[in-house]
Amino acid sequence: MAAVSLRRVLLAALVVVGAAFGLLKAEAGERTPVPQPVKPAAAEKCVADTQFMRRNHMKMLLHQRDETVHEGIRTKQFSLANCVSCHAVKGADGKPVAYSDPKHFCRTCHSYAAVRVDCFECHASRPEEKAKAANASDSSHDPALSALSAHVAEMKK
Amino acid sequence: MSDGGNDMIAPDRRALLKSAVGLATTTIAPGVTLYAFGVTQAGAKPADQPVTSAKRWGLLIDINKCPPGCDKCVTACSEENGWKSSGHPETDAQWIRKVTLRDPRTGAKREAPAMCQHCASPPCVDVCPTGASFKRADGIVLVDKHICIGCRYCMMACPYKARSFVHEEHDDQKVEAPRGKGTVESCTFCVSRVDAGRIPACVEACAAKAGAAMTFGDLNDPASDVSKALAAGASAQIRADLGLDPGVRYRNL
Ligand code: HEC
Ligand code: HEC
Ligand code: HEC
Repeated sequence: MAAVSLRRVLLAALVVVGAAFGLLKAEAGERTPVPQPVKPAAAEKCVADTQFMRRNHMKMLLHQRDETVHEGIRTKQFSLANCVSCHAVKGADGKPVAYSDPKHFCRTCHSYAAVRVDCFECHASRPEEKAKAANASDSSHDPALSALSAHVAEMKK
Repeated sequence: MSDGGNDMIAPDRRALLKSAVGLATTTIAPGVTLYAFGVTQAGAKPADQPVTSAKRWGLLIDINKCPPGCDKCVTACSEENGWKSSGHPETDAQWIRKVTLRDPRTGAKREAPAMCQHCASPPCVDVCPTGASFKRADGIVLVDKHICIGCRYCMMACPYKARSFVHEEHDDQKVEAPRGKGTVESCTFCVSRVDAGRIPACVEACAAKAGAAMTFGDLNDPASDVSKALAAGASAQIRADLGLDPGVRYRNL
């Protein structure tokens, strides 16, 4: 019981803190604030159906993790490095924010739902400098991005 | 250079003659950018295929071509994998280091790079209680850091002191080389590069900026650079008496 109510309190606190940070935008007319993950400017679609990704991204990531580490399978579709690169969110300085920043894509929902992942204790939470231009750019003319989008489109066929 | 009585020259030349492959690399190397040569090994596998035991990755290091004081392989590894000295040598990362070998009788000194020897029968794998320490089908010995609980048995089991524990938190990791506090790590033969058909960063740097002392490749393929170089002359395994069959071999040790 104690655990449950503590969780409630924590959740409520998180929602308040989140709202204070402007993370949770209540749409006009909606009563419940929901997290609003930033949509990457550079791509139209995720690596799989958006609804599927919302529900199953953790399963896909863990599956990919085992296949990559133990079997050397290095497909791009569910690679964590790939998520981080396409979903990079620019901070005030124009550079992609790290996981320590509440604006990081992988934190928007997690903070809201009180999920804590340890992935970024080891994994880089933003693309490497050299790849930065490609991922943080607003233009869709970037060749690297077009290549990535083309690749994603191909994966979906 | 003359042949004069300098007995250091003779073994050098012999080694060069023996490994024609190394010679080709060294002569092309000066002034050529990294990407222009040697970044591929034959037969990169498709990204969606698992590695198999058809290959066994190995490395031959010719100590005669390893100049004293040179640490190009070490700095290349550190840059590639994002580790650096924390200022506490006793807990520093041990992906690769230069060791000095001294013959106590003659006082003769040699230097050699030492790293995970990627044993065929790795003791670190035997002792791991969680299965985090494992050998990939293609012979690369790794830590699955997702499973590692940081107990460090593998560090004690390794006769080469090739593993180290991450003591500090990090937030500047390389995308290709995740690493974090509380887990054990060691040389991975730059596994993500190898999977992409490239050679390890140390081997590439040694060929481009130093003596081209390192030859990387598939030990199972008689036509690979490393197999040909091994076939061309004697080589040694460190602590061969332990019967671990390391994938890293040394020449002129
Ligand atoms: C090529 C760029 C790209 C890559 C790579 C990518 N995504 Fe996406 N992702 C998108 C886009 C664009 C959307 C928004 C889609 C929409 O609005 O329908 C999205 C949406 C999502 C959503 C839903 C967000 C919401 O608004 O509810 C999740 C969750 C998600 N991605 C997770 C991931 C994960 C996990 C990975 C890595 C396995 C990943 N994405 C890789 C482009 C990408
Ligand atoms: C203690 C360090 C550590 C932690 C924590 C960690 N990883 Fe990893 N992860 C690694 C290492 C090391 C690799 C191997 C990288 C390689 O071989 O390229 C890896 C590889 C992966 C890969 C395959 C490479 C890629 O980018 O797709 C995935 C997927 C992955 N991890 C997912 C996760 C997820 C999800 C979490 C959090 C739940 C996580 N990891 C937490 C160290 C860690
Ligand atoms: C659309 C909202 C949303 C976004 C965006 C999102 N997640 Fe999640 N994630 C969740 C929710 C909700 C859970 C918890 C699901 C549950 O416990 O059933 C979760 C769980 C996870 C888990 C499993 C945690 C555990 O301990 O089991 C991992 C790993 C994970 N997310 C990784 C990521 C990564 C990496 C990103 C950024 C690329 C990301 N998520 C972005 C909503 C999201």
